[in-house]
Amino acid sequence: MEDNSDNKKSNRRDFLYISTAAVGAVTVGAATWPLINQMNPSADVAALSSIEVDLNDLEPGSQLTVKWLGKPVFIRRRTEEEISAAREVNLEDLPDKSAQNANLKEGDASDKFRTLDEKGEWLVMMGVCTHLGCVPLGDAGDFGGWFCPCHGSHYDTAGRIRRGPAPTNLPIPVASLSNDGILKLG
Amino acid sequence: MGGIPHDKYEPKKGFETWLDKRLPIGRLIYDTLMIPTPKNLNWMWIWGIVLTFCLVLQIITGIILVMHYTPHVDHAFDSVEHIMRDVNGGWAIRYVHANGASLFFIAVYMHIFRGLYYGSYKEPREVTWIIGMLIYLAMMATAFMGYVLPWGQMSFWGATVITGLFGAIPFVGESLQTWLLGGPAVDNATLTRFFSLHYLLPFVILGLVVTHIWAFHTTGNNNPTGVEVRRGSKEEAEKDTLPFFPYFVIKDLVALAIILAIFAAIVGFIPNYLGHPDNYIEADPLVTPAHIVPEWYFLPFYAILRAFTADVWVVQFASFITGGIIDAKFFGVLAMFGAIAVMGLAPWLDTSSVRSGRYRPQFKWWFALLVLDFFVLTWVGAKPAEQPYSTISLIASSYWFAYFLIILPLLGITETPEKQPKTIEEDWNNKNKKAETKESSPSGGIYEPAE
Amino acid sequence: MNRQSNSLHGKAVYAFVLITQLIFCSYAYSAGPVGKIDNVDFSFEGVFGTYDKKQLQRGLQVFTEVCAGCHGLTHVAYRNLGDKGGPELPPEQVKAYAAQFEIYDADIDDERTAIPSDYFSGSMVENAPNLSLMAKARVGGAEYIVALLKGYNEEEKEQAGSVLYGNKLYPGGWIAMSQPLYGDDVEYMDGTEATLQQEAEDVAAFLMWAAEPKLNVRKEMGFRAVLLLLVLSVLLYLTNKKLWAPYKNKKV
Repeated sequence: MEDNSDNKKSNRRDFLYISTAAVGAVTVGAATWPLINQMNPSADVAALSSIEVDLNDLEPGSQLTVKWLGKPVFIRRRTEEEISAAREVNLEDLPDKSAQNANLKEGDASDKFRTLDEKGEWLVMMGVCTHLGCVPLGDAGDFGGWFCPCHGSHYDTAGRIRRGPAPTNLPIPVASLSNDGILKLG
Repeated sequence: MGGIPHDKYEPKKGFETWLDKRLPIGRLIYDTLMIPTPKNLNWMWIWGIVLTFCLVLQIITGIILVMHYTPHVDHAFDSVEHIMRDVNGGWAIRYVHANGASLFFIAVYMHIFRGLYYGSYKEPREVTWIIGMLIYLAMMATAFMGYVLPWGQMSFWGATVITGLFGAIPFVGESLQTWLLGGPAVDNATLTRFFSLHYLLPFVILGLVVTHIWAFHTTGNNNPTGVEVRRGSKEEAEKDTLPFFPYFVIKDLVALAIILAIFAAIVGFIPNYLGHPDNYIEADPLVTPAHIVPEWYFLPFYAILRAFTADVWVVQFASFITGGIIDAKFFGVLAMFGAIAVMGLAPWLDTSSVRSGRYRPQFKWWFALLVLDFFVLTWVGAKPAEQPYSTISLIASSYWFAYFLIILPLLGITETPEKQPKTIEEDWNNKNKKAETKESSPSGGIYEPAE
Repeated sequence: MNRQSNSLHGKAVYAFVLITQLIFCSYAYSAGPVGKIDNVDFSFEGVFGTYDKKQLQRGLQVFTEVCAGCHGLTHVAYRNLGDKGGPELPPEQVKAYAAQFEIYDADIDDERTAIPSDYFSGSMVENAPNLSLMAKARVGGAEYIVALLKGYNEEEKEQAGSVLYGNKLYPGGWIAMSQPLYGDDVEYMDGTEATLQQEAEDVAAFLMWAAEPKLNVRKEMGFRAVLLLLVLSVLLYLTNKKLWAPYKNKKV
C-alpha cells in the first residue's frame, strides 16, 4: 500500500517535471527559430528573386545584359545566321552534350533545347563562364559566340562550350517569355 | 566555496576522471552549481539570474542586429528600418534588444536596492559590491552608446549633450571632448567608434560578471537576515543551506518565466512605450528637439546633473574656493559621477554592526525615503529645467548624498537594532513551521526531495 | 507577525519600483501638441487589434491623390502594398500602381518605369517631411495625425516670406502646410463617403501601417509568447513548490 502511494506520488512528480521540461524545451525552440531564420534572405532580397525585362526594343543580332541574383544574364536576340549556325553543329563535336536548361526536365545540347522560343531567336543564359566564373565577351571567339578572356574558353552561338577549359555549356536559367515581349527571369 | 563545508566533487566515470586531471572544468561547474546557498533567500534574490539572462539576450540579439546594421551616418537610420521591415523577424529582434535594455536596468536597480537594504555591500562583500558598481558603469556606457546607433534625433542630441559634459572638465575638457568625438561635433567618426565600443563593452561586462560571481561565491551569498551561514561543520552548514541546483535554479526560473511573460507583453503590445518618438526622426545636426530627454534609466542622474545651477550656494562656494575652476557645469558633472561614487563607498560609510535592514528600525525609514527619492529623481529628470522642478531636483539630489554621507554613518551610532535570529535555520523555521515540531523537519543533510 | 510585515513591506516597496517607474516615464514624454487629441477607435488598437485592409486601401488612395504631391514615403516599397497584414493589393494591382511612377536608376543612368521592388519617392517639397515614420515620430501617433488634419482654424499669416496656417494641434499654432483635406477630396473606390473625418482616419491608419507594417504579426506573436510563458510559469511554479515542499513542512 505504502509502495503504491509512493509510486503514484513519484509518477505525478515525474509527470510534472517532464511537462515542465517539455514546455521549457518548446519555449527555447520557439525563441531560437527567429534567431536562425533572420539569416535567410530578407524581403527586399527575396523580392528580386524574380525580375521582368522588356525585350521589345531589342534588335536581332544585339544582346542585353541584366543583373539578376547578383550575376549577369545574357539575353541575345539571334539573327538567322546565328540560328542556322547553331543548328548545323553536330552533337558529337560538343564537349558537353546536355542542354543545361533549367526549364527542361531532359534534353541534349541541340539548339532547339537551348532557346526560349520555337524559332530560336531568344537565347537567355547566365553570363558566367562555367570554368572559374569570369564574364565571357560577346561577339568574340572562334565559334561566333562568346569568348572568356580569363582562360580561353570558346562558346558558340548557342552558348555551348566548344574549346577551352570550361566543362559545361552556359546554363539557361528558369525563364519564360510572354506574348507581349516581357521576359520573366526566375 | 564560500568557505562553507560541503561534499566535494567526485568525478565518476572514466571520461570525468580523465578530464578532471587535465582541465578541472567539470569540477568547476559542479562546485559552482551545487554551492551551498542560504535556504531563506527571498524573491529579491532572483534578479541576478534575470541580469545574466539579459546580458546573454542583449549579446545574442545584438550580434544578430550587427549582421544587418550599417554604422555610417548616411545609412544607419535606414538600415534600422531595413531590419524592422525586411529582415525576417527583424522587428522582433530589434524590439527585444531595445526593450531588453530597459529590462536590464529595471533588474539592476532592483538588484542594487536589494543590496542596499540587506547590507549585501558590507564586510566581507565589499569587493563584490565594487565589481557590481563597475558593471553598472559599464552598462550605462554601453546603453548610452547603443542608443546613438539608430542615429535618430535623440541619438544625436543625447550624444551631443553627454559628450559635451566632458568639455566641462577644467583645463583638459575641450581637447578631451574633441578626442572623444573624433571631431568638433558628433558625426560619423563618433558613430563608428561608439559602434565598436558598444560591441566590445558587453564582453567586458561578461568578464566582470564572472569575477562578480567568483567574489560572492568566495564569501558566500548574503541572505535576508544578514546572519552568516554556519561553517563549523558540514552538518551545521546543511541546516542553513541548500544546494543552488536544483532548488534555486528552479526558483530563479519561476521568476524569470513570469518576468519574461511581462516582457513579451511589452514587446508584443507596447514596444515603443519606453522610447521617445523623436528617435523615429533621422538625426539633423541643424535642428534641436524641443526637449532632449535621455532614456528613463538615466533620468535620476540627469536630474542630479542639472540640479546644481550657478545660483546654488554649494556651487558658488565651490567656485569661490577653487578660484572659478569649478563652475556650475563641472559641478553638475562631479555630482553626477559622485552620486555613483558615494553608492560605491557604502561599505565604508555604513557604520552599523547590523547587516540587514530588516532589523534596523530607523534605517528602514531612511531607506524607504531613498527609494522614493530615486523615483522623484527619475520623474524630475524628464522635466524642463525650470521651477518648481529645479528646487525639487535640488532637494532630491541633496537627499541622495545625505543618505550615504551623513545618515548611513550616523545611524550606526544612533540606532538600536532589533534582535536578529541566531542562525538562518532559526529564521527558516520561524517562517516555515507553524508549530514547534522538530520531528517533521527533514534537516540533517537530505539533499534529495524526501520521496 | 514581524516576518509577515517584513516580506510584505519588502515586496510592496519593490513592486512599487517596477510599476511607478513605468508610469513616470509616460508622464515624462507628455510634452507634445498644444491642442486636444480626440480619441479614435482604430481597428489596430488593443491587444487583438489588426489593420483593416479596406481602410488601408482608402488611406492609400488619399495619400496617392493628395499627400504624395509633396510628401515622400521612402521606407515603403511598392511591393509592401501587397504584403500580408497591409493593404493586401493583388500582385497585378501592385505592379500597376508602381508603373504609374518613373524613377531614376543609377545602374542604367536613366529614368525607367518603377517596378514593385522599388520604393516610394522622397518628398517633392523641401520642408514636407517624409511620412514613412510620422505615425511613430509624434506623441499621439495616428490620433494626432487625425487631429492635426482637422485642426485648421482658417487663419493665415505671413512670416519671413512664407505663409503659415493656423492649426491648434501644431506646436506653436502655425504650420507651413496649407489645409490638405476638406472632405470630398477623393472619390473612394469602394463607395465610402469621403467626409473629412473619414479621410483623416483612413490616411492616418495608412500612415500607421507605413510606419509599423508588422503590427498584425507582432501582436499575434506577442499573444502566443505571453500564453506560452504563462503556461511555463505555472508549471515551473508547481515544480518549485514540489521541490521545496519537504523543506517547508507547513503541516502542524
